[in-house]
Amino acid sequence: MKSTKDIAALLDEPACEHNKKEKSGCAKPKPGAAAGGCAFDGAQIALLPIADVAHIVHGPIACSGSSWDNRGTRSSGAELYRIGMTTDLTEQDIVMGRAEKRLFHAIKQAIDSFAPPAVFVYNTCVPALIGDDISAVCKSAQAHWGVPVVAIDCAGFYGTKNLGNRIAGDAMVAQVIGTREPDPLPMNSPLNIHDVNLIGEYNIAGEFWHVLPLLDELGLRILCTLSGDARFREVQTMHKAEVNMMVCSKAMVNVARKLQQQYGTPWFEGSFYGITDTSQALRDFAKALNDAELSERTEQLITREESRIKTLLEPWQARLKGKRVLLFTGGVKSWSVISALQDLGMIVVATGTNKSTEEDKARIRELMGENTVMINDGSPKELIRIVHEYHADILIAGGRNMYTALKAKIPFLDINQEREFGYEGYQGMLELVRQLALTIESPVWQAVRTPAPWRRVTSQERSNG
Amino acid sequence: MADILKRNKALSVNPLKASQPIGGALATLGFNRAMPMLHGSQGCTAFAKVFFVRHFREPIPLQSTAMDQGSSVMGADENVRVGIKTIAEKSRPALITILTTGLAETQGADVQRNVREFRDANPQFADIAVVAVNTPDFTGSVETGYAATLTEIIRALVPDANEAGTCPGKRKHQVNVLVSYLLTPGDLEALRDIFELFQLRPVFVPDLAESLDGCLTDDDFSPVTIGGTSISELATLGDALATLVIGASLSKAAELLESKTGVPTYALDHVYGLTATDALLCALAEISTHPVPERLERQRAQLQDAMLDTHFMLGQLRIGIAADADLLAALIDLVQEMGAEVVVAVTSCATPLLAKIPVARIKIGDLEDMEVMSKEHKVQLLIGNSHAVATAERLGVPILRAGFPLYDMIGGYQKTWVGYRGTRQTLFDLANLVINFSHDDIPVYRSLYAQKPFSAASESA
Repeated sequence: MKSTKDIAALLDEPACEHNKKEKSGCAKPKPGAAAGGCAFDGAQIALLPIADVAHIVHGPIACSGSSWDNRGTRSSGAELYRIGMTTDLTEQDIVMGRAEKRLFHAIKQAIDSFAPPAVFVYNTCVPALIGDDISAVCKSAQAHWGVPVVAIDCAGFYGTKNLGNRIAGDAMVAQVIGTREPDPLPMNSPLNIHDVNLIGEYNIAGEFWHVLPLLDELGLRILCTLSGDARFREVQTMHKAEVNMMVCSKAMVNVARKLQQQYGTPWFEGSFYGITDTSQALRDFAKALNDAELSERTEQLITREESRIKTLLEPWQARLKGKRVLLFTGGVKSWSVISALQDLGMIVVATGTNKSTEEDKARIRELMGENTVMINDGSPKELIRIVHEYHADILIAGGRNMYTALKAKIPFLDINQEREFGYEGYQGMLELVRQLALTIESPVWQAVRTPAPWRRVTSQERSNG
Repeated sequence: MADILKRNKALSVNPLKASQPIGGALATLGFNRAMPMLHGSQGCTAFAKVFFVRHFREPIPLQSTAMDQGSSVMGADENVRVGIKTIAEKSRPALITILTTGLAETQGADVQRNVREFRDANPQFADIAVVAVNTPDFTGSVETGYAATLTEIIRALVPDANEAGTCPGKRKHQVNVLVSYLLTPGDLEALRDIFELFQLRPVFVPDLAESLDGCLTDDDFSPVTIGGTSISELATLGDALATLVIGASLSKAAELLESKTGVPTYALDHVYGLTATDALLCALAEISTHPVPERLERQRAQLQDAMLDTHFMLGQLRIGIAADADLLAALIDLVQEMGAEVVVAVTSCATPLLAKIPVARIKIGDLEDMEVMSKEHKVQLLIGNSHAVATAERLGVPILRAGFPLYDMIGGYQKTWVGYRGTRQTLFDLANLVINFSHDDIPVYRSLYAQKPFSAASESA
């Protein structure tokens, strides 16, 4: 089990601005009125997209049984991440102290069945409580079978999803990054190729593939995206990047900070949602790499892509301009999505910030003005109230809130990791506008909001009489 | 009859099993104005919630005692008491269930005592039923968690006949129906129609058809379930003509209900297929003393006709099924009635029912076991949940989706499987899946001496 000290160290993230104040993002949840996942959830979200690794959940069935293969992240090849693996601990294992032994054999079984380049073992509440030493088991398994076995000590009760993201990132820095040198660059490229990493990019619905061709064109080699469509051998080489981009959120900011500390790699924060932010991210790469040729190529590409996409978006913009949005993403992606919506001429009337860091909030204020409504109470009831009070035309939130919105007959767009559509990059904007228009303009809202004809008659009669 | 093959590997790959707390939550969701609360860390609830939201496509009331590092180590009694109180104050539900997780049980939680402590300290909430159930996820499955929760709800909320003065048969049309998780909201609606044709009024316990049937209401939002068996109705179960229990997993709950109320029990393992539906109608005819209505006779004849039509596709079809025990038994009866062969049967945990199921062997295992065994036995069709779709793809065979969770289709929760009509539709669905696949095409033979043009290309030209 992680000690209170370890957890405090992870919570105390110097690169995270909200850390300097009260821990606003990490308020203690109230029993009976709690929402959100746990540290295991966060760690699994952060690392599961590494597609060729055998991901073993060490615990009784609930942790894996109701969560395996339910993420929208996509792989360009390896599919091992979609295979659910768990030690499925029984009462006997727990009472008789056989859980560690089962884990040891489970790792062997995964290696024999799937020949993965590495095995990741996720700790959960029960083995943490009974004191399983998963690090020792992993070390011993690695020594026995010669395959890297990485322990991720992320029992749910350690804390929030956000903490889980950091635990995951920490495990990568401590155990994986720096264990292999990158492949040599292709010799025949006319460009001066730069090696970079993306941290916190999950390739939901394959959306990063909207951006990747542009990076190729610019001569940026992505050593690794942590962790969308990543492979173990890519994670191993992350220490050799010239610059790291933190995508969208501070969830794995500890990775960027530690890579800077240990390897001197500079990092910047950016997002690929929206035209403005995508262009900004590309410029930031050129700036950080300090390559005049690259800057020039980047500006040319931006001019070309922006004008191309603006023409394509025009007809949609007319339809969406002035529509009012309530954005509730649980905070992580708030500011990046706001910029995308503003590019379309939409008005963001309020945004959720219950998991945002202070810096996220500062950015939101910068984008939306000081008077922005920031929602801290994300209860369904409160969301619906705000939708009505601010006359929002649509609620954009995570899948968990989808049916809350639909029951209240409010148009809805899913923005979280379970979604089936990709919105990144210039091209992703087209999918975003299509999905927005699809729900906002749908005839079904009229159909579900209008009472049945016989009810309408009686209410008229009543007013007549 | 069946050989039970036990788990024999360390790692469970592509789990079939879902946890006991999920089952307990599902049972609770079938009661009106109810709120299940999992006693564990927040993730336990978050995962369960996503699981149900994806299956039912409905908002799901589900809370957490939110155990953290401190309470996991030092004790979480306070979390349970505060959790109950918070829900009581915020939503004033009719029923709160406290369902333990592996974390709470490993710690040694005594939730029954926590409920008593809450009662003593908060007499103002005496009208809210609070039921605590031990449902750790290191044992059992959805099926056992569901059954345990239903049993505890009956124990706590159905009064003994001699105390409440209830009398079997006082309500001349009421039949209590204890329903297993294997019945969908669509099934319950179909059963209600059948009961009403016998002029009987079924009281489903629990009643997911009232709470998770995908109904749009005038209210924007409810923090608790909006429908389901009402808690006050539990006091009337003792006045019913009879109790019908559907699902072998509920035998304990049924025994308890009969011992409390004296209402006679009629037990069915399921209502899939001709024989099982016949048994249901015989029971209803006996209870109601009405003959079987003509409409049902006609539906029976329609099913018989469908059986004739589909037996060409389903006869000798080699089927693999992965499901919890009650559902497994139902599906096996259904397809065996058609002459199909269940060559692979996989289930999630050991239950007494398994030994009675008429197949050669049942494997307690996961979807990897199903995949390996299906290859070995050349399975032609799979029946399983949405996770098994990837298995079917790898095997290159069609799949009929059944069980929990169904997340890659719309309306799975609403499909009607039971009765003559439900069975008929299922047979059509099965037959349509294999109509083009079940038989091996005879390879084309071209005679050495044929006068046909030389190649396919020249023939078409």
